Amino acid sequence: MGSPEEHRQLSEAEIARLIAGLRRILATDSLLVAQEDLVPYECDGLTAYRQLPLLVALPRTEAEVVAILRLCHELRVPLVARGAGTGLSGGATPVRHGVVLSLAKFMRILDIDPVARTARVQPGVRNLAISEAAAPHGLYYAPDPSSQIACTIGGNVAENAGGVHCLKYGLTVHNVLRLRLALIDGTVVEIGSGALDSPGYDLLALTIGSEGMLGIVLEATVKLTPKPLLAQVAMASFDDVIKAGNAVADIIAAGIIPAGLEMMDKPATHAVEDYVHAGYDLNAEAILLAESDGTPEEVAEEIAAMCAVLEKSGATEIRVSRDEAERLKFWAGRKAAFPAVGRITPDYLCMDGTIPRKHLAHVLTRIAELAGEYRLRCANVFHAGDGNLHPLIMFDANKEGEVDRATALGGRILELSVEVGGTITGEHGVGIEKVGQMCVQFLPEELAAFRGVKAAFDEHTLLNPGKAVPTPRRCSEYRLTGSAK
Amino acid sequence: MSDVTEALRERVLAAAVDKTPLRIRGGGTKDFYGNKPEGTLLDTTNHTGIVAYEPTELVVTVRAGTRLAELEAALVEKGQMLAFEPPHFGVATVGGSVAAGLSGPRRATAGSVRDFVLGVKLLDGKGEILSFGGQVMKNVAGYDVSRLMAGAMGTLGLLLEVSLKVLPKPHAEATLRLELPQDKAIETMNRWGGQPLPVSATCWSEGLLTVRLSGARAAVAAAREKLGGEAVADAEVFWRAVREQQMDFFSGAQALWRLSLPSNTAPLDLPGNPLIEWGGALRWLTFDGPAEIVRETAARAGGHATLFRGGDKSAGVFQPLPGPLMQIHGSLKRSFDPQGLFNPGRLYSDF
Repeated sequence: MGSPEEHRQLSEAEIARLIAGLRRILATDSLLVAQEDLVPYECDGLTAYRQLPLLVALPRTEAEVVAILRLCHELRVPLVARGAGTGLSGGATPVRHGVVLSLAKFMRILDIDPVARTARVQPGVRNLAISEAAAPHGLYYAPDPSSQIACTIGGNVAENAGGVHCLKYGLTVHNVLRLRLALIDGTVVEIGSGALDSPGYDLLALTIGSEGMLGIVLEATVKLTPKPLLAQVAMASFDDVIKAGNAVADIIAAGIIPAGLEMMDKPATHAVEDYVHAGYDLNAEAILLAESDGTPEEVAEEIAAMCAVLEKSGATEIRVSRDEAERLKFWAGRKAAFPAVGRITPDYLCMDGTIPRKHLAHVLTRIAELAGEYRLRCANVFHAGDGNLHPLIMFDANKEGEVDRATALGGRILELSVEVGGTITGEHGVGIEKVGQMCVQFLPEELAAFRGVKAAFDEHTLLNPGKAVPTPRRCSEYRLTGSAK
Repeated sequence: MSDVTEALRERVLAAAVDKTPLRIRGGGTKDFYGNKPEGTLLDTTNHTGIVAYEPTELVVTVRAGTRLAELEAALVEKGQMLAFEPPHFGVATVGGSVAAGLSGPRRATAGSVRDFVLGVKLLDGKGEILSFGGQVMKNVAGYDVSRLMAGAMGTLGLLLEVSLKVLPKPHAEATLRLELPQDKAIETMNRWGGQPLPVSATCWSEGLLTVRLSGARAAVAAAREKLGGEAVADAEVFWRAVREQQMDFFSGAQALWRLSLPSNTAPLDLPGNPLIEWGGALRWLTFDGPAEIVRETAARAGGHATLFRGGDKSAGVFQPLPGPLMQIHGSLKRSFDPQGLFNPGRLYSDF
């Protein structure tokens, strides 16, 4: 099991200075130091990695965040920003000698501008809360990660979160116009604006997906999208995963960009059906969900075109949602895939590679072989439209050796993604989980370039150290021991 | 189709030894854009060819010296397009288009160049060949260095290859024209923007608002019905003229300003009539007065102004950056190009 790269130990005197300084900045109940108060912060959604921080700060105002950053910068204390802690890669795993900076109290939606179609929000605002607030204007915030009920926009920015509709509507990076960002020395900068572009380098693109390592988001202005008048989903069964994969390519070759295009394999379908009873075809080797949205005329045209393609591609059964209730039911299964798998196994690891879709058959076959080799079960859910594959590795942490086998299998799957020309992470982030595999995907010179980017913002590597970009030493170790071959 | 990576690399290595700055140039169609080009010419137009094109994966990988026109011809064969509609200005190359970061009429709804950049291969200032991003839609491994290259004016590295997301051409398009004064046109474009309408481009000039609709046949037909106005017959010619700046508006001798603003900004208090695109978010202005007036007006509205063509470039063509951001820019530049070899001063005189 990996652990955050060790940061410099603080002396007792330094810790005392830090705590005294933070007490001057924060209200008493905004600073957690007792071990029992720290436990809820020991991990994020990647529960296999746990680490208690030195302390947790819960500022309420921008001035408090700035003061905390200044103090930590001066004392060279590392900081890990945290939103709702739903991340799946350990991006918010604490550092032992560091501060967890929780933005949970920054929960205000500051402004909704229905004419300009933007929302200005604080980082702790939940993803779904933005859409709820925009709904009276017929608008919504498009990126919809499956944790959208709980995850915050600050975390979405850090991870460049996606969702099931990003083939058509884009990722976080396509839907954020502006960030108000605190740098490690407490300087506050504005990146982007209400306009569609900015002078100079595209620091917005650089910051989004930077896993909290370049700055702390104080505010975000996001784009709002007009809510489609109608959405409808076609659900197709296939007796072969390869046929289902080809059907996806056929839909795109027909010039259609569906609003959502998702695939589940048989183990995933079974887990989900037991849980939500969405009416999935349990005999199918793979199920494809293809959604169309827009005006009623547009949807009718697109659904008809997609059904024709699906049929030609060998679907054994096609059902089109008859109303909104049925559409939500069809989606309920896909959206509940992670918890559904969570029900049938004590623990699971969710992988996140993206692959060129043409290699899907090879990758799924290889994953099944590898799972056999490691004596573990694996279900696959797939953002088929954009090639983002989520194998869910099932294991039992209480059984001797299973954690290690699951982690090793996960590593092999990531390496497989890179082998076929893909990437180790499509939307969950590298965090602490995949930092070793970064050494597989990138050359030492490329990793050095990442460290150069980091240094331009945070020369002492105080923001979220040990995540996303491995040190050269870490890569040497990984090459010697990490690669589970 | 030819791969001259090694020759380009040798040029960069030699420049690093001699400490001679390089002026990277593709088709040379945007020599007018940015601050004055400085350095020894480094021509990329021999580095050409489509390296990989997977229509059903919506991804194309192209060598930077390839002409945009050649790339687009290959995409059209498969019924696809570059949805950000970059200007050709003649013989523009893919590398130059990404480096300049300019997008055309479809930008407000489809996205910009940077939104479609999936990966790059580049030569840094040490002559190292580095790859970032990739050939897949979603990729969050490491910082998004590939998108950082879009609009960097070639100051961070010499682009060798670019992977771009492509999209199917719309099944149907129609163009309408309405007579509207500027304030009403801005209001109308923003109102439409908030509705689920298949608007794919807008252009207002001299009292006429031209709107393009793109999408499913039924959707385009329904929207035409709803929006009214008169159908425009030579629509393709019109939108090409907007994209390539061939309209009379752009032919004057005056300095041409590009103002990027929140889309709902009211008509600006500046002399002359603008040409408006992107649902109100892009405003072109010909103006020979002091730069500060344009810049302050843009900044007050929450945007920025670029001296796009002509005029007095002595104060720099791009809106100045606040100190802390300029410091980050300088550090990034030094990190990718420690000796300052690539396009010195082209973006900002500081680097």
